[in-house]
Amino acid sequence: MESSAIEVSGLRKAYGGRAVLGGIDLTVPPGTVFSLLGPNGAGKTTTVNILTTLLRADAGTVRVAGHDVVTGTRQVRAAIGVTGQFAAVDELLTGRENLRMMADLGRVRGSGKLVARLLERFDLVEPADALVSTYSGGMRRKLDLAMTLVGAPRIIFLDEPTTGLDPRSRRTVHDIVRELVAEGTTVFLTTQYLEEADELSDRIAVLNGGTVAAQGSADELKRLIPGGHVRLRFTDPAAYRSAAAALREATADDAELALRIPSDGSQRELRSLLDWLDSVGVEADGVTVHTPDLDDVFLILTEQTERTGRAKEAIEP
Amino acid sequence: MSSVSTALTDSAIMLRRNLKHSLRDPVTVFNSVLFPIVIMLMFVKVFGGAFSVGDDYIDYATPGLLVMAVSYGLGATSAAVNSDMAKGVINRFKVMDISRGAVLAGQVVVTTVRCLVSCAAVLGVAFAMGFDPDAGALHWLGVLGLLVLLTFGASWLTIAVGLAAKTPESAGLATVPLIMLPFLSSAFVPSDTMGAGVRQFAEYQPFTPIIETLRGLLEGSPSGGDALAALAWCVGLTLAGYLWAVATFRKRA
Repeated sequence: MESSAIEVSGLRKAYGGRAVLGGIDLTVPPGTVFSLLGPNGAGKTTTVNILTTLLRADAGTVRVAGHDVVTGTRQVRAAIGVTGQFAAVDELLTGRENLRMMADLGRVRGSGKLVARLLERFDLVEPADALVSTYSGGMRRKLDLAMTLVGAPRIIFLDEPTTGLDPRSRRTVHDIVRELVAEGTTVFLTTQYLEEADELSDRIAVLNGGTVAAQGSADELKRLIPGGHVRLRFTDPAAYRSAAAALREATADDAELALRIPSDGSQRELRSLLDWLDSVGVEADGVTVHTPDLDDVFLILTEQTERTGRAKEAIEP
Repeated sequence: MSSVSTALTDSAIMLRRNLKHSLRDPVTVFNSVLFPIVIMLMFVKVFGGAFSVGDDYIDYATPGLLVMAVSYGLGATSAAVNSDMAKGVINRFKVMDISRGAVLAGQVVVTTVRCLVSCAAVLGVAFAMGFDPDAGALHWLGVLGLLVLLTFGASWLTIAVGLAAKTPESAGLATVPLIMLPFLSSAFVPSDTMGAGVRQFAEYQPFTPIIETLRGLLEGSPSGGDALAALAWCVGLTLAGYLWAVATFRKRA
Protein backbone atom coordinates (compact mmCIF):
# COMPACT_ATOMS: atom_id res chain seq x y z
CA MET A 1 0.00 0.00 0.00
CA GLU A 2 1.24 3.50 -0.75
CA SER A 3 2.43 5.53 2.22
CA SER A 4 -0.30 8.19 1.94
CA ALA A 5 -3.86 7.79 0.75
CA ILE A 6 -4.04 11.49 -0.01
CA GLU A 7 -1.10 13.84 -0.45
CA VAL A 8 -1.72 17.51 -1.19
CA SER A 9 0.97 20.12 -1.51
CA GLY A 10 0.86 23.78 -2.41
CA LEU A 11 -2.72 23.56 -3.64
CA ARG A 12 -4.00 26.84 -5.06
CA LYS A 13 -7.25 27.80 -6.73
CA ALA A 14 -8.66 31.19 -7.62
CA TYR A 15 -11.97 32.18 -9.14
CA GLY A 16 -11.92 35.35 -11.19
CA GLY A 17 -8.84 36.68 -9.40
CA ARG A 18 -10.16 35.90 -5.91
CA ALA A 19 -8.05 33.26 -4.20
CA VAL A 20 -10.18 30.49 -2.71
CA LEU A 21 -7.30 28.21 -1.76
CA GLY A 22 -4.01 29.91 -1.01
CA GLY A 23 -1.57 27.01 -1.01
CA ILE A 24 -2.66 24.20 1.25
CA ASP A 25 -0.77 21.04 2.28
CA LEU A 26 -2.50 17.95 3.61
CA THR A 27 -1.46 14.37 4.27
CA VAL A 28 -3.89 11.56 4.96
CA PRO A 29 -2.50 8.14 5.92
CA PRO A 30 -4.44 5.14 4.59
CA GLY A 31 -7.14 3.65 6.77
CA THR A 32 -7.72 6.83 8.77
CA VAL A 33 -10.42 9.47 9.02
CA PHE A 34 -9.39 12.98 8.11
CA SER A 35 -11.70 15.90 8.81
CA LEU A 36 -11.58 19.23 7.10
CA LEU A 37 -13.21 21.83 9.31
CA GLY A 38 -13.89 25.41 8.44
CA PRO A 39 -16.51 28.13 8.32
CA ASN A 40 -18.74 28.50 5.28
CA GLY A 41 -16.74 29.78 2.33
CA ALA A 42 -13.41 28.57 3.72
CA GLY A 43 -12.80 26.45 0.63
CA LYS A 44 -13.82 23.01 1.93
CA THR A 45 -15.97 22.04 -1.03
CA THR A 46 -13.47 23.49 -3.51
CA THR A 47 -10.80 21.29 -1.92
CA VAL A 48 -13.04 18.21 -2.16
CA ASN A 49 -13.87 19.03 -5.79
CA ILE A 50 -10.19 19.22 -6.70
CA LEU A 51 -9.31 16.05 -4.81
CA THR A 52 -12.13 14.18 -6.53
CA THR A 53 -11.13 15.31 -10.06
CA LEU A 54 -14.14 17.58 -10.55
CA LEU A 55 -12.06 20.75 -10.63
CA ARG A 56 -8.57 21.55 -11.85
CA ALA A 57 -6.23 23.25 -9.43
CA ASP A 58 -4.31 26.36 -10.52
CA ALA A 59 -1.13 25.16 -8.85
CA GLY A 60 0.17 22.46 -6.56
CA THR A 61 0.13 18.69 -6.71
CA VAL A 62 -2.55 16.31 -5.52
CA ARG A 63 -2.03 12.57 -5.29
CA VAL A 64 -4.98 10.36 -4.40
CA ALA A 65 -4.55 6.60 -3.97
CA GLY A 66 -1.03 7.01 -5.30
CA HIS A 67 -2.08 8.66 -8.56
CA ASP A 68 -1.80 12.26 -9.64
CA VAL A 69 -5.29 13.72 -10.14
CA VAL A 70 -4.22 15.36 -13.40
CA THR A 71 -2.16 12.65 -15.08
CA GLY A 72 -3.86 9.65 -13.47
CA THR A 73 -7.43 10.94 -13.41
CA ARG A 74 -9.02 7.63 -14.39
CA GLN A 75 -7.09 5.61 -11.80
CA VAL A 76 -8.07 8.13 -9.14
CA ARG A 77 -11.73 7.91 -10.16
CA ALA A 78 -11.60 4.13 -10.03
CA ALA A 79 -10.29 4.24 -6.46
CA ILE A 80 -12.59 6.81 -4.88
CA GLY A 81 -16.21 7.17 -3.81
CA VAL A 82 -17.76 10.59 -3.35
CA THR A 83 -20.81 11.79 -1.48
CA GLY A 84 -21.32 15.43 -2.27
CA GLN A 85 -22.99 18.12 -0.23
CA PHE A 86 -26.45 17.44 -1.63
CA ALA A 87 -27.98 14.00 -1.86
CA ALA A 88 -27.19 13.12 -5.48
CA VAL A 89 -29.86 10.50 -5.93
CA ASP A 90 -32.20 9.94 -8.83
CA GLU A 91 -35.70 10.83 -7.68
CA LEU A 92 -37.51 9.06 -10.49
CA LEU A 93 -35.85 5.75 -9.73
CA THR A 94 -36.44 3.55 -6.69
CA GLY A 95 -33.78 3.13 -4.04
CA ARG A 96 -32.97 -0.32 -5.37
CA GLU A 97 -32.73 0.97 -8.96
CA ASN A 98 -30.38 3.75 -7.90
CA LEU A 99 -28.03 1.22 -6.31
CA ARG A 100 -28.44 -1.12 -9.24
CA MET A 101 -27.45 1.65 -11.67
CA MET A 102 -24.27 2.33 -9.68
CA ALA A 103 -23.47 -1.38 -9.62
CA ASP A 104 -23.99 -1.62 -13.37
CA LEU A 105 -21.80 1.42 -14.02
CA GLY A 106 -19.11 -0.09 -11.80
CA ARG A 107 -19.51 -3.48 -13.58
CA VAL A 108 -20.02 -5.17 -10.21
CA ARG A 109 -20.64 -8.90 -10.46
CA GLY A 110 -23.55 -10.31 -8.47
CA SER A 111 -25.01 -6.85 -8.07
CA GLY A 112 -28.35 -8.14 -6.78
CA LYS A 113 -26.76 -9.47 -3.59
CA LEU A 114 -24.61 -6.40 -3.10
CA VAL A 115 -27.63 -4.12 -3.50
CA ALA A 116 -29.66 -6.18 -1.02
CA ARG A 117 -26.80 -6.04 1.47
CA LEU A 118 -26.46 -2.26 1.17
CA LEU A 119 -30.20 -1.73 1.56
CA GLU A 120 -30.03 -3.81 4.72
CA ARG A 121 -27.02 -2.00 6.08
CA PHE A 122 -28.60 1.40 5.59
CA ASP A 123 -31.99 0.43 6.92
CA LEU A 124 -33.64 1.02 3.54
CA VAL A 125 -35.16 -2.41 2.91
CA GLU A 126 -38.72 -1.32 3.44
CA PRO A 127 -38.74 1.65 1.03
CA ALA A 128 -36.36 -0.06 -1.42
CA ASP A 129 -38.95 -0.29 -4.19
CA ALA A 130 -40.56 3.09 -3.69
CA LEU A 131 -39.54 6.06 -5.84
CA VAL A 132 -36.88 8.17 -4.18
CA SER A 133 -39.09 11.24 -4.64
CA THR A 134 -41.14 9.86 -1.72
CA TYR A 135 -38.08 9.53 0.56
CA SER A 136 -37.33 11.82 3.51
CA GLY A 137 -34.13 13.87 3.57
CA GLY A 138 -32.47 11.38 5.90
CA MET A 139 -33.36 8.44 3.68
CA ARG A 140 -31.96 10.20 0.64
CA ARG A 141 -28.73 10.89 2.46
CA LYS A 142 -28.39 7.28 3.47
CA LEU A 143 -29.12 6.10 -0.06
CA ASP A 144 -26.57 8.59 -1.33
CA LEU A 145 -23.95 7.11 0.95
CA ALA A 146 -24.94 3.57 0.03
CA MET A 147 -24.51 4.47 -3.67
CA THR A 148 -21.01 5.73 -2.90
CA LEU A 149 -20.09 2.40 -1.32
CA VAL A 150 -21.25 0.27 -4.26
CA GLY A 151 -17.84 -0.17 -5.85
CA ALA A 152 -16.09 -0.70 -2.47
CA PRO A 153 -13.85 2.34 -3.02
CA ARG A 154 -10.58 2.53 -1.08
CA ILE A 155 -10.93 6.22 -0.38
CA ILE A 156 -14.21 7.90 0.39
CA PHE A 157 -14.93 11.61 0.33
CA LEU A 158 -17.88 12.81 2.37
CA ASP A 159 -18.75 16.47 2.00
CA GLU A 160 -20.87 17.36 5.03
CA PRO A 161 -22.52 13.93 5.09
CA THR A 162 -24.64 14.54 8.17
CA THR A 163 -25.86 18.06 7.51
CA GLY A 164 -29.64 18.04 7.94
CA LEU A 165 -29.81 14.54 9.41
CA ASP A 166 -31.69 13.66 12.58
CA PRO A 167 -29.57 12.31 15.46
CA ARG A 168 -30.48 8.71 14.70
CA SER A 169 -29.50 8.87 11.03
CA ARG A 170 -26.38 10.76 12.02
CA ARG A 171 -25.42 7.92 14.29
CA THR A 172 -25.98 5.44 11.44
CA VAL A 173 -23.58 7.46 9.30
CA HIS A 174 -21.02 7.61 12.11
CA ASP A 175 -21.23 3.85 12.63
CA ILE A 176 -20.76 3.27 8.92
CA VAL A 177 -17.71 5.53 8.85
CA ARG A 178 -16.19 3.57 11.75
CA GLU A 179 -16.92 0.25 10.06
CA LEU A 180 -15.37 1.45 6.82
CA VAL A 181 -12.22 2.58 8.55
CA ALA A 182 -12.05 -0.73 10.43
CA GLU A 183 -12.09 -2.42 7.02
CA GLY A 184 -9.15 -0.29 5.92
CA THR A 185 -10.96 2.41 3.95
CA THR A 186 -9.68 5.96 4.12
CA VAL A 187 -12.32 8.61 4.81
CA PHE A 188 -11.96 12.28 3.97
CA LEU A 189 -14.70 14.22 5.70
CA THR A 190 -15.80 17.81 5.72
CA THR A 191 -18.15 18.83 8.45
CA GLN A 192 -19.54 21.76 10.37
CA TYR A 193 -20.19 19.59 13.42
CA LEU A 194 -17.14 19.84 15.59
CA GLU A 195 -18.10 17.01 17.88
CA GLU A 196 -18.43 14.85 14.79
CA ALA A 197 -14.87 15.63 13.77
CA ASP A 198 -13.73 15.17 17.36
CA GLU A 199 -15.40 11.78 17.64
CA LEU A 200 -14.53 10.29 14.27
CA SER A 201 -11.26 11.74 13.06
CA ASP A 202 -7.71 10.67 13.47
CA ARG A 203 -6.55 13.98 12.09
CA ILE A 204 -8.24 17.33 11.64
CA ALA A 205 -7.31 20.32 9.55
CA VAL A 206 -8.92 23.67 10.20
CA LEU A 207 -9.34 25.54 6.95
CA ASN A 208 -9.87 29.26 7.10
CA GLY A 209 -9.78 31.83 4.34
CA GLY A 210 -8.22 29.32 1.96
CA THR A 211 -5.30 28.29 4.17
CA VAL A 212 -4.81 25.57 6.76
CA ALA A 213 -4.91 27.39 10.09
CA ALA A 214 -3.86 24.27 12.02
CA GLN A 215 -3.58 20.55 11.48
CA GLY A 216 -3.28 17.63 13.89
CA SER A 217 -5.23 15.24 16.08
CA ALA A 218 -8.14 16.63 18.09
CA ASP A 219 -5.99 16.57 21.24
CA GLU A 220 -3.09 18.31 19.53
CA LEU A 221 -5.40 21.04 18.32
CA LYS A 222 -6.91 21.52 21.75
CA ARG A 223 -3.44 21.93 23.22
CA LEU A 224 -2.72 24.74 20.76
CA ILE A 225 -5.08 27.13 22.42
CA PRO A 226 -5.70 28.44 25.88
CA GLY A 227 -9.42 27.76 25.73
CA GLY A 228 -10.24 26.65 29.31
CA HIS A 229 -12.77 28.78 31.14
CA VAL A 230 -15.18 28.98 34.03
CA ARG A 231 -18.78 29.72 33.23
CA LEU A 232 -21.00 31.58 35.65
CA ARG A 233 -24.71 31.31 35.12
CA PHE A 234 -27.32 33.66 36.58
CA THR A 235 -31.09 33.51 36.80
CA ASP A 236 -31.70 37.07 37.98
CA PRO A 237 -31.00 39.61 35.21
CA ALA A 238 -30.13 42.31 37.77
CA ALA A 239 -27.53 40.09 39.47
CA TYR A 240 -26.19 39.21 36.02
CA ARG A 241 -25.82 42.87 35.07
CA SER A 242 -24.02 43.87 38.24
CA ALA A 243 -21.71 40.84 37.92
CA ALA A 244 -20.98 41.69 34.31
CA ALA A 245 -20.10 45.23 35.38
CA ALA A 246 -17.78 43.96 38.13
CA LEU A 247 -16.01 41.32 36.03
CA ARG A 248 -14.68 43.32 33.12
CA GLU A 249 -12.40 40.58 31.81
CA ALA A 250 -15.31 38.12 31.46
CA THR A 251 -16.97 37.42 28.11
CA ALA A 252 -20.68 38.14 28.47
CA ASP A 253 -23.47 36.08 26.97
CA ASP A 254 -26.52 38.29 27.46
CA ALA A 255 -29.01 35.82 26.00
CA GLU A 256 -27.97 33.05 28.38
CA LEU A 257 -27.26 35.35 31.35
CA ALA A 258 -23.82 33.78 31.55
CA LEU A 259 -20.27 35.03 31.99
CA ARG A 260 -17.16 33.28 30.76
CA ILE A 261 -13.86 33.78 32.58
CA PRO A 262 -10.59 32.36 31.26
CA SER A 263 -9.11 29.70 33.56
CA ASP A 264 -6.97 26.60 33.31
CA GLY A 265 -9.36 24.77 35.66
CA SER A 266 -6.76 24.06 38.36
CA GLN A 267 -7.78 23.93 42.02
CA ARG A 268 -5.59 26.90 42.88
CA GLU A 269 -7.04 29.11 40.17
CA LEU A 270 -10.59 28.09 40.97
CA ARG A 271 -10.17 28.94 44.64
CA SER A 272 -8.73 32.36 43.96
CA LEU A 273 -11.49 33.01 41.43
CA LEU A 274 -14.21 32.06 43.92
CA ASP A 275 -12.56 34.14 46.65
CA TRP A 276 -12.45 37.08 44.35
CA LEU A 277 -16.12 36.61 43.34
CA ASP A 278 -17.01 36.69 47.07
CA SER A 279 -14.98 39.82 47.61
CA VAL A 280 -16.75 41.75 44.84
CA GLY A 281 -20.13 40.40 45.99
CA VAL A 282 -21.00 38.30 42.91
CA GLU A 283 -23.30 35.37 43.58
CA ALA A 284 -23.80 33.04 40.58
CA ASP A 285 -26.52 30.41 40.45
CA GLY A 286 -24.30 27.89 38.69
CA VAL A 287 -20.56 27.51 38.16
CA THR A 288 -19.14 25.11 35.60
CA VAL A 289 -15.54 24.48 34.55
CA HIS A 290 -14.77 23.91 30.84
CA THR A 291 -11.62 22.48 29.34
CA PRO A 292 -11.04 23.66 25.78
CA ASP A 293 -13.06 21.77 23.23
CA LEU A 294 -12.92 21.78 19.46
CA ASP A 295 -15.43 24.63 19.45
CA ASP A 296 -12.86 26.82 21.18
CA VAL A 297 -10.16 25.73 18.78
CA PHE A 298 -12.40 26.45 15.83
CA LEU A 299 -13.56 29.83 17.08
CA ILE A 300 -10.13 31.05 18.04
CA LEU A 301 -8.36 29.81 14.92
CA THR A 302 -10.91 31.18 12.52
CA GLU A 303 -11.44 34.43 14.41
CA GLN A 304 -7.76 35.29 14.60
CA THR A 305 -7.23 34.58 10.95
CA GLU A 306 -10.10 36.83 10.16
CA ARG A 307 -8.64 39.61 12.24
CA THR A 308 -4.94 39.40 11.55
CA GLY A 309 -4.52 36.84 8.80
CA ARG A 310 -1.57 35.49 10.77
CA ALA A 311 -3.13 32.85 12.98
CA LYS A 312 -0.72 30.24 11.74
CA GLU A 313 2.34 32.07 12.96
CA ALA A 314 0.61 33.19 16.14
CA ILE A 315 -0.59 29.78 17.19
CA GLU A 316 1.69 27.16 15.82
CA PRO A 317 4.65 26.55 18.11
CA MET B 1 -13.06 -4.12 -22.12
CA SER B 2 -12.27 -1.79 -24.98
CA SER B 3 -13.10 1.85 -24.53
CA VAL B 4 -15.77 1.71 -27.23
CA SER B 5 -17.67 -1.14 -25.65
CA THR B 6 -17.25 0.53 -22.24
CA ALA B 7 -18.79 3.69 -23.65
CA LEU B 8 -21.63 1.73 -25.25
CA THR B 9 -22.44 -0.18 -22.05
CA ASP B 10 -22.34 3.06 -20.03
CA SER B 11 -24.57 4.75 -22.59
CA ALA B 12 -27.04 1.86 -22.43
CA ILE B 13 -27.21 2.19 -18.62
CA MET B 14 -27.81 5.93 -18.94
CA LEU B 15 -30.39 5.39 -21.64
CA ARG B 16 -32.26 2.95 -19.42
CA ARG B 17 -32.26 5.57 -16.67
CA ASN B 18 -33.59 8.28 -18.98
CA LEU B 19 -36.23 6.01 -20.49
CA LYS B 20 -37.51 5.17 -17.01
CA HIS B 21 -37.73 8.89 -16.33
CA SER B 22 -39.89 9.41 -19.40
CA LEU B 23 -42.18 6.54 -18.50
CA ARG B 24 -42.54 7.67 -14.89
CA ASP B 25 -43.04 11.29 -15.70
CA PRO B 26 -45.70 10.96 -18.40
CA VAL B 27 -46.63 14.64 -18.00
CA THR B 28 -43.43 15.57 -19.82
CA VAL B 29 -44.26 13.37 -22.79
CA PHE B 30 -47.89 14.43 -22.66
CA ASN B 31 -46.91 18.13 -22.75
CA SER B 32 -44.62 17.68 -25.69
CA VAL B 33 -47.43 15.95 -27.60
CA LEU B 34 -50.35 18.03 -26.39
CA PHE B 35 -49.08 21.54 -27.14
CA PRO B 36 -48.22 21.01 -30.78
CA ILE B 37 -51.64 19.41 -31.28
CA VAL B 38 -53.44 22.29 -29.57
CA ILE B 39 -51.56 24.74 -31.76
CA MET B 40 -52.35 22.60 -34.76
CA LEU B 41 -56.07 22.65 -34.00
CA MET B 42 -55.93 26.40 -33.44
CA PHE B 43 -54.16 27.18 -36.68
CA VAL B 44 -55.98 24.70 -38.86
CA LYS B 45 -59.49 25.07 -37.48
CA VAL B 46 -59.46 28.67 -36.19
CA PHE B 47 -57.06 30.84 -38.21
CA GLY B 48 -56.37 28.62 -41.17
CA GLY B 49 -59.56 29.43 -43.03
CA ALA B 50 -58.51 33.08 -43.23
CA PHE B 51 -55.05 32.35 -44.66
CA SER B 52 -54.75 32.02 -48.37
CA VAL B 53 -51.82 29.74 -49.04
CA GLY B 54 -52.96 28.32 -52.36
CA ASP B 55 -53.30 24.92 -50.82
CA ASP B 56 -55.35 22.99 -48.29
CA TYR B 57 -54.21 24.66 -45.05
CA ILE B 58 -53.61 21.35 -43.26
CA ASP B 59 -51.27 20.33 -46.09
CA TYR B 60 -49.44 23.64 -45.79
CA ALA B 61 -49.16 23.66 -41.98
CA THR B 62 -48.21 20.05 -41.21
CA PRO B 63 -44.46 20.35 -41.97
CA GLY B 64 -44.19 23.36 -39.65
CA LEU B 65 -46.17 21.57 -36.98
CA LEU B 66 -43.73 18.67 -37.14
CA VAL B 67 -40.88 21.06 -36.44
CA MET B 68 -42.92 22.62 -33.66
CA ALA B 69 -43.43 19.18 -32.13
CA VAL B 70 -39.65 18.82 -32.04
CA SER B 71 -39.27 22.24 -30.37
CA TYR B 72 -41.74 21.36 -27.65
CA GLY B 73 -40.10 18.01 -27.07
CA LEU B 74 -36.79 19.71 -26.31
CA GLY B 75 -37.86 21.92 -23.40
CA ALA B 76 -38.12 18.99 -20.98
CA THR B 77 -34.58 17.90 -21.78
CA SER B 78 -32.85 21.12 -20.81
CA ALA B 79 -34.80 21.22 -17.55
CA ALA B 80 -33.97 17.58 -16.80
CA VAL B 81 -30.28 18.05 -17.53
CA ASN B 82 -30.17 21.15 -15.39
CA SER B 83 -31.87 19.43 -12.49
CA ASP B 84 -29.31 16.59 -12.72
CA MET B 85 -26.63 19.23 -12.59
CA ALA B 86 -28.16 21.11 -9.66
CA LYS B 87 -28.81 17.97 -7.63
CA GLY B 88 -25.26 16.73 -8.08
CA VAL B 89 -26.28 13.66 -10.09
CA ILE B 90 -23.99 14.73 -12.94
CA ASN B 91 -21.12 15.24 -10.52
CA ARG B 92 -21.75 11.79 -9.14
CA PHE B 93 -21.29 10.36 -12.63
CA LYS B 94 -18.33 12.61 -13.33
CA VAL B 95 -16.27 11.34 -10.42
CA MET B 96 -16.79 7.76 -11.59
CA ASP B 97 -14.54 6.05 -14.07
CA ILE B 98 -17.23 5.94 -16.74
CA SER B 99 -17.49 7.22 -20.29
CA ARG B 100 -17.82 11.02 -20.31
CA GLY B 101 -20.07 10.99 -23.34
CA ALA B 102 -22.43 8.31 -21.99
CA VAL B 103 -24.19 10.62 -19.55
CA LEU B 104 -25.11 13.01 -22.35
CA ALA B 105 -25.67 10.39 -25.04
CA GLY B 106 -28.48 8.79 -23.02
CA GLN B 107 -30.26 12.15 -22.91
CA VAL B 108 -29.80 12.73 -26.63
CA VAL B 109 -31.29 9.38 -27.56
CA VAL B 110 -34.27 9.73 -25.22
CA THR B 111 -34.94 13.26 -26.43
CA THR B 112 -34.84 12.12 -30.03
CA VAL B 113 -37.27 9.31 -29.28
CA ARG B 114 -39.60 11.65 -27.41
CA CYS B 115 -39.60 14.19 -30.22
CA LEU B 116 -40.30 11.51 -32.80
CA VAL B 117 -43.25 10.28 -30.72
CA SER B 118 -44.61 13.85 -30.73
CA CYS B 119 -44.10 14.04 -34.50
CA ALA B 120 -45.97 10.76 -34.97
CA ALA B 121 -48.84 12.09 -32.87
CA VAL B 122 -48.95 15.31 -34.89
CA LEU B 123 -48.98 13.33 -38.12
CA GLY B 124 -51.78 11.10 -36.81
CA VAL B 125 -53.96 14.09 -35.96
CA ALA B 126 -53.07 15.71 -39.29
CA PHE B 127 -54.28 12.67 -41.18
CA ALA B 128 -57.48 12.67 -39.13
CA MET B 129 -58.04 16.29 -40.24
CA GLY B 130 -57.64 15.47 -43.89
CA PHE B 131 -53.88 15.80 -44.44
CA ASP B 132 -53.24 14.45 -47.91
CA PRO B 133 -49.52 14.27 -48.81
CA ASP B 134 -48.21 13.17 -52.20
CA ALA B 135 -45.03 11.70 -50.78
CA GLY B 136 -43.70 8.33 -51.89
CA ALA B 137 -41.87 5.88 -49.67
CA LEU B 138 -38.47 7.51 -50.34
CA HIS B 139 -39.87 10.94 -49.56
CA TRP B 140 -41.21 9.67 -46.24
CA LEU B 141 -37.81 8.22 -45.49
CA GLY B 142 -36.37 11.66 -46.19
CA VAL B 143 -38.89 13.25 -43.82
CA LEU B 144 -37.93 10.80 -41.07
CA GLY B 145 -34.23 11.28 -41.73
CA LEU B 146 -34.44 15.06 -41.58
CA LEU B 147 -36.54 15.01 -38.40
CA VAL B 148 -34.05 12.66 -36.73
CA LEU B 149 -31.15 14.90 -37.79
CA LEU B 150 -32.91 18.02 -36.56
CA THR B 151 -33.83 16.43 -33.24
CA PHE B 152 -30.36 15.03 -32.77
CA GLY B 153 -28.69 18.39 -33.37
CA ALA B 154 -31.20 20.37 -31.36
CA SER B 155 -30.91 17.86 -28.47
CA TRP B 156 -27.20 18.57 -28.14
CA LEU B 157 -27.90 22.27 -28.15
CA THR B 158 -30.62 21.89 -25.54
CA ILE B 159 -28.40 19.75 -23.34
CA ALA B 160 -25.71 22.42 -23.54
CA VAL B 161 -28.27 25.03 -22.48
CA GLY B 162 -29.36 22.77 -19.61
CA LEU B 163 -25.78 22.31 -18.44
CA ALA B 164 -24.93 25.98 -18.66
CA ALA B 165 -28.10 27.40 -17.08
CA LYS B 166 -28.06 28.45 -13.44
CA THR B 167 -31.50 27.05 -12.50
CA PRO B 168 -34.00 24.60 -14.00
CA GLU B 169 -36.38 27.53 -14.51
CA SER B 170 -33.90 29.50 -16.59
CA ALA B 171 -32.98 26.31 -18.44
CA GLY B 172 -36.62 25.87 -19.42
CA LEU B 173 -36.89 29.53 -20.34
CA ALA B 174 -33.80 29.36 -22.52
CA THR B 175 -35.55 26.95 -24.85
CA VAL B 176 -38.47 29.34 -25.46
CA PRO B 177 -36.75 30.78 -28.56
CA LEU B 178 -36.83 27.29 -30.04
CA ILE B 179 -40.60 27.30 -29.61
CA MET B 180 -40.92 30.82 -31.00
CA LEU B 181 -38.77 30.21 -34.05
CA PRO B 182 -41.39 28.18 -35.96
CA PHE B 183 -43.82 31.12 -35.64
CA LEU B 184 -41.25 33.39 -37.26
CA SER B 185 -40.73 31.02 -40.15
CA SER B 186 -42.73 29.80 -43.10
CA ALA B 187 -44.42 27.25 -40.83
CA PHE B 188 -47.86 28.85 -40.71
CA VAL B 189 -47.85 31.51 -43.39
CA PRO B 190 -45.50 32.02 -46.37
CA SER B 191 -42.64 34.31 -45.39
CA ASP B 192 -43.27 36.71 -48.33
CA THR B 193 -46.52 37.82 -46.64
CA MET B 194 -44.61 39.07 -43.58
CA GLY B 195 -43.51 42.62 -42.82
CA ALA B 196 -40.02 43.86 -43.68
CA GLY B 197 -37.42 42.74 -41.16
CA VAL B 198 -39.49 39.80 -39.98
CA ARG B 199 -39.54 38.50 -43.53
CA GLN B 200 -35.76 38.55 -43.86
CA PHE B 201 -35.41 36.94 -40.47
CA ALA B 202 -37.87 34.21 -41.45
CA GLU B 203 -36.06 33.56 -44.69
CA TYR B 204 -32.65 33.15 -43.14
CA GLN B 205 -33.40 31.36 -39.89
CA PRO B 206 -32.66 27.62 -39.68
CA PHE B 207 -36.22 26.36 -39.38
CA THR B 208 -37.40 27.82 -42.69
CA PRO B 209 -35.23 25.69 -45.01
CA ILE B 210 -35.95 22.68 -42.81
CA ILE B 211 -39.70 23.30 -43.01
CA GLU B 212 -39.51 23.99 -46.75
CA THR B 213 -37.61 20.73 -47.27
CA LEU B 214 -40.18 18.79 -45.26
CA ARG B 215 -42.95 20.49 -47.22
CA GLY B 216 -41.28 19.61 -50.51
CA LEU B 217 -40.80 16.01 -49.47
CA LEU B 218 -44.41 15.67 -48.30
CA GLU B 219 -45.66 17.20 -51.54
CA GLY B 220 -43.49 14.76 -53.44
CA SER B 221 -41.37 17.51 -55.03
CA PRO B 222 -38.35 18.29 -52.84
CA SER B 223 -36.11 21.25 -53.67
CA GLY B 224 -32.39 20.58 -53.65
CA GLY B 225 -31.37 24.05 -52.48
CA ASP B 226 -33.59 23.97 -49.40
CA ALA B 227 -32.49 20.45 -48.59
CA LEU B 228 -28.85 21.43 -48.69
CA ALA B 229 -29.44 24.43 -46.43
CA ALA B 230 -31.51 22.26 -44.09
CA LEU B 231 -28.75 19.66 -43.86
CA ALA B 232 -26.13 22.33 -43.29
CA TRP B 233 -28.18 23.82 -40.44
CA CYS B 234 -28.69 20.41 -38.83
CA VAL B 235 -25.00 19.56 -38.99
CA GLY B 236 -24.12 23.04 -37.70
CA LEU B 237 -26.58 22.75 -34.82
CA THR B 238 -25.20 19.34 -33.90
CA LEU B 239 -21.59 20.47 -33.96
CA ALA B 240 -22.19 23.68 -32.05
CA GLY B 241 -24.42 21.96 -29.51
CA TYR B 242 -22.06 19.02 -29.05
CA LEU B 243 -18.96 21.15 -28.57
CA TRP B 244 -20.73 23.52 -26.20
CA ALA B 245 -22.27 20.67 -24.19
CA VAL B 246 -19.01 18.75 -23.84
CA ALA B 247 -17.04 21.86 -22.88
CA THR B 248 -19.63 22.84 -20.26
CA PHE B 249 -19.81 19.28 -18.97
CA ARG B 250 -16.05 19.22 -18.47
CA LYS B 251 -15.85 22.63 -16.88
CA ARG B 252 -18.75 22.87 -14.45
CA ALA B 253 -18.44 21.19 -11.08
